[in-house]
Amino acid sequence: MFVRLVYESFRRQKRRKLLAGAAIAFGVSVATAMIGVATDVGDKINRELRSYGANLVVNPQEDTLDVEIAGVNLKPPSDGAYLSETDLPKIKGMFWRNNVVGFAPVLPVNVVVNDVKTETTLVGTYFSKPLHFGTENFVTGVRATYPWWRVEGSWPNDDSRDVLVGERLAASLGQKSGGKVTVDGQPFRVTGILSTGGPEDNEIIAPLGLAQQILGKPGVVRRVYVSAVTKPEDAFARRDPKTLSPEMYDRWYCSPYAQSIAYQLQEAIPHSHTEQIRQVAQTEGTVLSRIEGLMLLVTLASLFASALAVSAAMATTIFERRREVGLMKALGAGGVSIASLFFAESALLALLGGAAGFAGGSLLAYQAGRWIFDSPITIQPVLFPLVLCIAIIVTFAGSVAAIRRAVKFDPVYALRGEA
Amino acid sequence: MSDSASMRRTGAHHTSMFFRMLVRAAVLRRGRAATALMAVVVAATATTAMLNLFVDVQSKLRKEFRNYGANIVMVAREGQSIPQEALAKTESILSGRGIAVPFAYVVARTSNGEPVVVAGTDLDQVRKLDSWWSVTEWPKESHAALLGVRAAAAVSPHGKPFNLYFHGRPISLTPSGTLHTGAGEDSRIYLPLNDFETWTGVRQSTIEIAVSGSAQEVNATIEKLQQALPEVDVRPVRQVMEAEARVLGKTRATLLAASVLIIVTTALCVLATLIGWILDRRRDFAIMKALGASQRFVGGFFAAEAAALGAVGALIGFGLGIGIAAWIGKANFGVSAVPRFEILPVVLIGCILVALISAIVPISLLRQVQPAMILKGE
Repeated sequence: MFVRLVYESFRRQKRRKLLAGAAIAFGVSVATAMIGVATDVGDKINRELRSYGANLVVNPQEDTLDVEIAGVNLKPPSDGAYLSETDLPKIKGMFWRNNVVGFAPVLPVNVVVNDVKTETTLVGTYFSKPLHFGTENFVTGVRATYPWWRVEGSWPNDDSRDVLVGERLAASLGQKSGGKVTVDGQPFRVTGILSTGGPEDNEIIAPLGLAQQILGKPGVVRRVYVSAVTKPEDAFARRDPKTLSPEMYDRWYCSPYAQSIAYQLQEAIPHSHTEQIRQVAQTEGTVLSRIEGLMLLVTLASLFASALAVSAAMATTIFERRREVGLMKALGAGGVSIASLFFAESALLALLGGAAGFAGGSLLAYQAGRWIFDSPITIQPVLFPLVLCIAIIVTFAGSVAAIRRAVKFDPVYALRGEA
Repeated sequence: MSDSASMRRTGAHHTSMFFRMLVRAAVLRRGRAATALMAVVVAATATTAMLNLFVDVQSKLRKEFRNYGANIVMVAREGQSIPQEALAKTESILSGRGIAVPFAYVVARTSNGEPVVVAGTDLDQVRKLDSWWSVTEWPKESHAALLGVRAAAAVSPHGKPFNLYFHGRPISLTPSGTLHTGAGEDSRIYLPLNDFETWTGVRQSTIEIAVSGSAQEVNATIEKLQQALPEVDVRPVRQVMEAEARVLGKTRATLLAASVLIIVTTALCVLATLIGWILDRRRDFAIMKALGASQRFVGGFFAAEAAALGAVGALIGFGLGIGIAAWIGKANFGVSAVPRFEILPVVLIGCILVALISAIVPISLLRQVQPAMILKGE
């Protein structure tokens, strides 16, 4: 009898049930999509923050003082220690290799351009160099680590003898892309004019091999800039790994803190010392936590709003049916059986609406991710039971007051429509 | 019944009756009206909070992005120095919306002849501009120097006073603390600008400027600075500006998507609730028509009722929404969101519109039904 009542109620009141179900489905899909966005937005924004460039720098261990003002190196070229270029692919062999978005080695060389008067720095680096470590192939270089570098003309090939000339230097030399520039007496083709808004505007950027050849030291690099996705720093991140107990050490080592990635870089590259570039590394932590916090609060607010909206819709559908309640009571139904009928209907609605809403919300989050971040936001299937539970709880909460009122009606008034 | 007859005769009577009906309908059916009102309030609250946040959060986030430091840099042209009044002019153009910090650089020698870069600057301003500088102790008195960690190891490994020479002119300095940034600053020695200028005679060559605002505002500032100081180069720091635009754009888009979702959901729920509310009162509708009320009067009555509900709900919701936005701002940014009263008309009109739509749909449905059918309960 009970099952039949519920079944008939759904069969005969299709419009009402559809409306209430749609309200629940809509509320649930918004909630699902928002939960998805809130859990994933940190990771997505973190990747976007990589457009600030490298956040770690690997220096030789026995490093000497830099004497450099606005991109002009004033130190004798023979000075200083170097890292070995052959060690670089090992970066892709470390534990957090997938968090390394890219790296670019640099080798600055003091050179004389065109005539003897113009002294400048030529920096050797990778533009987008294919490398491989073990079976893994990857492409890295300044184009990955410094997305704001712009070239008028074309980028040189990493194996070529072509160079880029910084925009301010080019202006003072009267250099155009496609022309030739004489560096230390040798002519090189200029494929493009580089604009960065930084010290590189006064420099010549060349493939690493060329810089090594001019310096006369094959296979060396001065330092390596690494751009890695990191977790915002906390008190645990700042602990010295040497003082940690073995379990704590494992936890520290396996968290993508800037500190632990720096530590692993030091392990990967012999005789090196890795530092955080604090301007980028420290600031992205604060910016990221603000954006994450904002999204979390907005998600809470939206969950609350969709819960209230669903409750209001449920209250309405039950209120509309007080004549039915009156009839049932007149036929001798008790408060408990009426309430359980309504609760069963609500639960059924919540389950159907919740399932539809979860599917809709997953689709919504997926599309929103593709639209905003060019990479989809996936909802974990683990969330499904959780979302259904929330849907049922919210629907019940919205129904309780209305059901209690419906049960209290005097059937006579309810039937006469005077309630 | 005589009321309804005279209603058509006198306009004044007509209006007073109309309002009496509106008020009595709200008072007598408190429960039903309250449910409908709650739906409107929730929608208005959510809409207000999201719009307020959307407008306000951008300026708050931009402030956070200023932690990345300067977004404009002013440099002297080749072989020249920045004019002395440049800093004052820059500060008057910024008029409190940013920080400008002068820098001057030379290469000095240590007592054993090693070259080291020495910079003169306004240390109090640098502290505000470059919040990521990790400094053990900022210099307070003159002739106290801030040493980059690598420079410190070279010139004063034990924190003892040391001498520097520039073209043979000596200066004796006491290290106050060390500076760690992980970048070029680690190899430099920083002095107060006054000490630096009296020692070397070299003037400032760079002014770093952090100005908050949108990309257009920053570009406008760059143009103003360039016009005021034609003899120097004013350039944007592209690393900072482009990355900021990118991250901020994505955050805004996410927030916008969330706002649209929330607003649409709550609006649909208002629609569903109000349609139910009005359909539920088809007996009132039938009685009015049976008593001779015109179709226009009945339609106007339900529309006015819905609009009043929408307006009241919008006002209550606006207050609540402003409160929620302020709380979110406070909780996340430490500064509560500024109430944006320009949102009020949007929310008000939106709520009334949704309420009117949800009144018109059932009225046009009921129009085709004979009052007798409804009164008989069919």
